[in-house]
Amino acid sequence: MSPVSPAPALRLETDASGSRVSLSGDWTLAALTADPRQLRGELESVPMQAAWSLASVSRLDSYGALLLWRAWGRRRPERLEVPPALEPVFQRVEAIPVLTCPTEPPYRFLDGTAQVGRIVIEIGHHVVGFVALIGQILIDLWGLVGDHKRWPVFEISANFYKVGVRAMPVTALVGFLIGVVMSYLSALQLRAFGADSFIVNILGLGIIRELGPVLVSVLVAGRSGSAMTAQLGVMRVTEEIDALTVMGISRYVRLVVPKVVALTLAMPLLTLWGSAVAIFGGMVSANLQLDLSFDYFLNALPRAVPVANLVIGLVKGAVFGLLIALVACYFGLRVRPNTESLSANTTTSVVASITVVIIVDAVFAVATRSIGLPFR
Amino acid sequence: MQPPSILPVELKGVSTCFGKTWIHKNLDLAVSTGEVLALVGGSGSGKTTLLRQMVGLLQPAEGEVRLFGEVLKAGDRHSRLARRRRFGMLFQHGALFSALTVFANIAFPLREFGLTDEALIRDLVLLKMAMVELEPEVAARMPAELSGGMVKRVALARALALEPELLLLDEPTAGLDPDRSAGFVDLIRSLHRSLGLTVVLVTHDLDTLAALATRVAVLSEGRILAAGPLEEIMTVQDPFIQRFFHSERSRAALARAGESR
Repeated sequence: MSPVSPAPALRLETDASGSRVSLSGDWTLAALTADPRQLRGELESVPMQAAWSLASVSRLDSYGALLLWRAWGRRRPERLEVPPALEPVFQRVEAIPVLTCPTEPPYRFLDGTAQVGRIVIEIGHHVVGFVALIGQILIDLWGLVGDHKRWPVFEISANFYKVGVRAMPVTALVGFLIGVVMSYLSALQLRAFGADSFIVNILGLGIIRELGPVLVSVLVAGRSGSAMTAQLGVMRVTEEIDALTVMGISRYVRLVVPKVVALTLAMPLLTLWGSAVAIFGGMVSANLQLDLSFDYFLNALPRAVPVANLVIGLVKGAVFGLLIALVACYFGLRVRPNTESLSANTTTSVVASITVVIIVDAVFAVATRSIGLPFR
Repeated sequence: MQPPSILPVELKGVSTCFGKTWIHKNLDLAVSTGEVLALVGGSGSGKTTLLRQMVGLLQPAEGEVRLFGEVLKAGDRHSRLARRRRFGMLFQHGALFSALTVFANIAFPLREFGLTDEALIRDLVLLKMAMVELEPEVAARMPAELSGGMVKRVALARALALEPELLLLDEPTAGLDPDRSAGFVDLIRSLHRSLGLTVVLVTHDLDTLAALATRVAVLSEGRILAAGPLEEIMTVQDPFIQRFFHSERSRAALARAGESR
């Protein structure tokens, strides 16, 4: 229940001596916005030479005063009666500087082109900054050589648990389902040719060499990469990183290296785990669809997939982990102390790390094209 | 004018517990229109908690909080919103929206309120900025580019944007140097005088307390130990009050405030 306040009102009287306007009621923000258009129209219809009386205004806040001030054309009318209690409000309104705030320049024809150029330059800056980050990490690591007491072993261990062990359930779930789906789709095609047993080759090669590492990387980039960026970003916002610097502790050694090392170590293991579960899923599906026994599947797998593929898959996992962690830390350290920058950098971090993973995967595919592929 | 019987803030039998520790036990407090009430107490005595309960950020375990005679959550959506617009809060660290410029920060409540006339919003923002003695040039800056004192001023301007009747200040002078803090206190005092605000503030700073408060409420052991004008509070025989108001530093602060009044 709000207190009953008299509504703002305006009365205009015209006689031989001229027009007289008297205002009454609450001229406050809360009361005025109820029907602003009508009152504003009435204000504008008052003749220029009118005499104003505010004697019966019960309350006036700066919004009400501003509305009147604008109706008067930013100056006091010649004949104005203001009760002394309301005088300070007008004095404040009169003090408003008349100047224009900087406005956004309008969109011009060439702005789109300029934007493209800006993006290219920005990508260049990112590449330089990324190389600088790697260089800084190496310099700081060089300082740690031979000083094994300062190695961030506990941080690495904690990060390993966070990005590796805690990621196992989701990796298993996604891997299993992908395995089932791949196996199911391939089985439909293979049965048409009577080539049932080749499901082992398709699943084995596809998952171990290609799908396992990429799938796990995408999951980890979304799960752990974003978390790393956000964590470093918030530490930046709350000045924790500055506090570390003041204590003479390198942010790279204490914050970046543990994340990078942990993810580089955890990713091959996660890849192995994810691929194993995916193959298990494929095996279950093949058993149901094609009546292929588990025994046959497991015996055929080593023959169909040379062990070099497993090595490639695990090496890819390690490289992807390294890249995801470096990209995540790079963007995390770039966060400026505001929320917009935090969200923008986290988004860019995930997008950039997934893109980098796919590009590097393509490079791997070309570089290893003569290794580990049977039937050529 | 609103009838004097409706109190801006009224706490009745408020009890709060965090986990197993009771912060407040059966606490009563009333703030009447036009006064400046300072809440003081040792650290951990729940001053800020009490302030947050007043604005509905925290719920007391027992008891009720009334603002302008009504429980904060009473009524339909519109009356709840209208009630929320009758008070403004200044957070300890400003709580400015870091992604928005100073101008957009102060204009934010106005736009949310439904004002669409950009020229009017511009004038109102400049008016609020002039009220808290900020230069118009600051309007285009981001909160991260402001000094501590300026952040507080912008936050105060934002709290005042919708012409509130009640202003809640959480440590208004914390983190300001003595000179700036004295300036900020003068600012709040002149705004209180000219706008007729009711002010509730939480502070550790005796200079602020002595310069601003018309009434002091001492919070200790989960209840209001004593409430009244500063001179009256100082005569209360209690170990906490003795420590708080009668140390060497406190006497000097109170003497300074006495001179400047």
